[in-house]
Amino acid sequence: MRHLDLSLQLIPERAHATLDGLQKLGLGGVSIGLLLLVVSVMSGSTVQAGTGFGLVVFGALAYIVQTRNDGPPGIKNNFIMFSSIMSRGYLAWMAAVFMTGFYIILYFYPQHLKPLVVLVNPLQVWLSGSSAWDANGNMSQWFLYGFIYTVTILVMGVRALIKYRHSRYQILRTLSVMFFQLAFAFTIPNVLAKFNNGLYFEWANIWPLRYYELFPYSVEGLISSGGLGKFMLFWAVFSILILTPVLTYFFGKRWYCSWVCGCGGLAETLGDPFRQNSDKSLRAWKVERWMIHSVLVLVVVTTGLMWANHLYGGEILGTWSGRFSSGYGFLIHSIFAGVIGTGFYPVMGSRVWCRFGCPMAAVLGILQRFFSRFRITTNGGQCISCGNCSTYCEMGIDVRWYAQRGENIVRASCVGCGMCSAVCPRGVLNLENGPMNNRTGFQV
Amino acid sequence: MADLVIIGNGVAGTTVARHVRKHSDRDITIISSESRHFYSRPALMYLYMGHMKYDNIKPYEDWFWEKNRLDLMFDYVRHIDTDNKKLTLANTADLHYNQLVLATGSKSNYFGWPGQNLQGVQGLYSLQDLELMEDNTREAREAVVIGGGLIGIEMAEMLLTRGIKVTFLVREDRYWGNVLRREEGELIGRHVAEHHVDLRLATELDAILGDDGGRVRAIRTKSGEEIPCQFVGLTAGVHPNIDLVRDSSIQHGRGIRVNTHLETNVPDVFACGDCAEIIEGDAERGRIEPLWYTGKMQAEALAQTLVGKRTEYDRGIWFNSAKFFDIEYHTYGFVAAEPRDCEETFYWEHPDGKQCMRLVYHRDDGRLIGMNSFGIRYRHRVFERWLAENRTVAYVLTHLNEANFDPEFFKRFEREMVAAYNQTAKTPIQLKRRKVLGIF
Repeated sequence: MRHLDLSLQLIPERAHATLDGLQKLGLGGVSIGLLLLVVSVMSGSTVQAGTGFGLVVFGALAYIVQTRNDGPPGIKNNFIMFSSIMSRGYLAWMAAVFMTGFYIILYFYPQHLKPLVVLVNPLQVWLSGSSAWDANGNMSQWFLYGFIYTVTILVMGVRALIKYRHSRYQILRTLSVMFFQLAFAFTIPNVLAKFNNGLYFEWANIWPLRYYELFPYSVEGLISSGGLGKFMLFWAVFSILILTPVLTYFFGKRWYCSWVCGCGGLAETLGDPFRQNSDKSLRAWKVERWMIHSVLVLVVVTTGLMWANHLYGGEILGTWSGRFSSGYGFLIHSIFAGVIGTGFYPVMGSRVWCRFGCPMAAVLGILQRFFSRFRITTNGGQCISCGNCSTYCEMGIDVRWYAQRGENIVRASCVGCGMCSAVCPRGVLNLENGPMNNRTGFQV
Repeated sequence: MADLVIIGNGVAGTTVARHVRKHSDRDITIISSESRHFYSRPALMYLYMGHMKYDNIKPYEDWFWEKNRLDLMFDYVRHIDTDNKKLTLANTADLHYNQLVLATGSKSNYFGWPGQNLQGVQGLYSLQDLELMEDNTREAREAVVIGGGLIGIEMAEMLLTRGIKVTFLVREDRYWGNVLRREEGELIGRHVAEHHVDLRLATELDAILGDDGGRVRAIRTKSGEEIPCQFVGLTAGVHPNIDLVRDSSIQHGRGIRVNTHLETNVPDVFACGDCAEIIEGDAERGRIEPLWYTGKMQAEALAQTLVGKRTEYDRGIWFNSAKFFDIEYHTYGFVAAEPRDCEETFYWEHPDGKQCMRLVYHRDDGRLIGMNSFGIRYRHRVFERWLAENRTVAYVLTHLNEANFDPEFFKRFEREMVAAYNQTAKTPIQLKRRKVLGIF
């Protein structure tokens, strides 16, 4: 007797050719563009960098726009599990290495990005009023990063809009993350900086995600920056102490994680093709709870220590104070959120950072679990245990575990992307806000 | 020696085991020759289409069984000796049991069509069928699917993802004509055509034609038309798998005959799920419910009996759901395929033809009998309550917002439905509005 469990990896020998001419052209453009970008990093040529970037963006758009011809609107996850790039094949590993490499260059060897910085510098000067090079000739790569990040969310946002065009929830949510990235994370902070002596503040990036926002030096910087600076400080405190609990009570953590947040925005757009790679095992859930809450404790302790140290005139930490915050910044923000969180999208799924690392998600999660009207409702006894919901949950929640016993899903990690509801072939799942009592709706 | 032995690890067998474990400490053994672990049968199509991998369609991680002390045997039962309470297995020594549950499921119907055993002709029920289908469709460019039911339309959807041209033969004059009313059947028919399936209504299979190598090359319809194809899907329903009880003392008709407590004629032998034929009272013929949901509910009732609380299976208010390509379907209560004299019907369809809703109610007092909805999700529990409370069609339409289960921001159609109802109603009704944020 054959061991079916091992043999049942169905891989069609002949992939159904669905690419049209424009899509092939687009993919060609993306490949050549990526190649040119790599070459420009080594050669330092702005022309190569510009051509490469343009080819990637317009090639991707050409490919994406044509996906609207894939038939009537509806869930189309065909061939995802046979795909090398989307199902941890060799292309996925290559992409992971490429993206990780980009983050390593970005954080640790930014000088190699000079051709790209030169390219976007006119936009930076126009938008924010300052150049990427300071008076001493030191280059900053962060405007470039914000620019690439925003363009990526916009281009891949178009992809998500087309793929999920049958669902108004998905359309509005995607438009929301595109808008918040373009307006609140990119344009407004830069324009405000232009008219306020370089005072840079990310409105939608709330402490403790933006961990240094409430550090003593940031707070003092804002206080000394006039009325707008004081308002920014007020906003920073208000957004975590008032706005976050109130909105989370009414809507769950989704109001932030899958509608507003920039990290979430990237996960929902660039990361969407990889959402099925999140680990659904019970073991992963255990690791997740330890890790994410540890990071929260770490950021709270760091902030507290910085303040204690500040109040005692630097006596507690001494020369360690700077090292402590930059240590957190390096380990958690650069390595965890950037290199692993985004670079490993193709291998570990799109929400590695949000799930295992983000301290803001931890706060929102605690609020959502205990003080929120949000839950995913199960429609009676209609679950067929197919597993689409669990498979396409980017947060690695085993949604089916609850759905098949008719229990509502009340989980700290759920970011409310709504994909479980969208892929369910029996209409069993729905994101709802309702009374707090008996949220799980489960009768034993 | 095992205490409780369950043959079959589909949803019925597995649910019996889980619920017995929940309420007792009994030794439980589950035997299957299909797969080592429980998987979701309705999800087979998603494996073929590449939405999921085999691991994804297993509802429980592999450690679950040992942790809950459910012994799994990957083996084939050859014979049941009810006198000595003993099973003969293909690969292991004889197994004695105290109590036995038969949950052997279904088999695909083959109605003796000429050529039904040619290569490239098959049904779709098991994991093995799916592997066969993978093999059979590797070279296929054209396929014919026979039988206008759920498996048929799913097979058509599967084949299309591989770029195979599909002709869909349906005996009735509309899709799923023995379950759906005309309007609903035609709505789905149009949607199927939109996906470029060649839907042939009122067309019957005459013969399947093979080539010299014994492979299918075409089918012939009763009107004499030949349709070339390299694959034929036979999806004209299923029947209970009763092979195992044929030469035993366990009574069987179309299925394994059980009473409403799911007990067979032999003490300590039970059956549930697709394979059971439930006989009420002294009836000659019983009813067979080859559905995921009923399999699960039967198993839950049987598990109570097996832990000492003898419980009758009561399927409650009927419900079912499915998805036809992109259109979801829910039904609550009873909607007969053809209108009956005692009833009236309210039917609304969106001009785009992607949503519709039918309410069937008593002619004399307006009490709801059942509903069909397509392309709009409605709450199971709310309709169940309305049916149990004998609510009228006017009440149901007035409160319809309460039952809507579509995601937030989706276009709502209840207002249009009420307007359509009011056009012919003697007493017009007004839709109760939704609360803002569910509070105000």
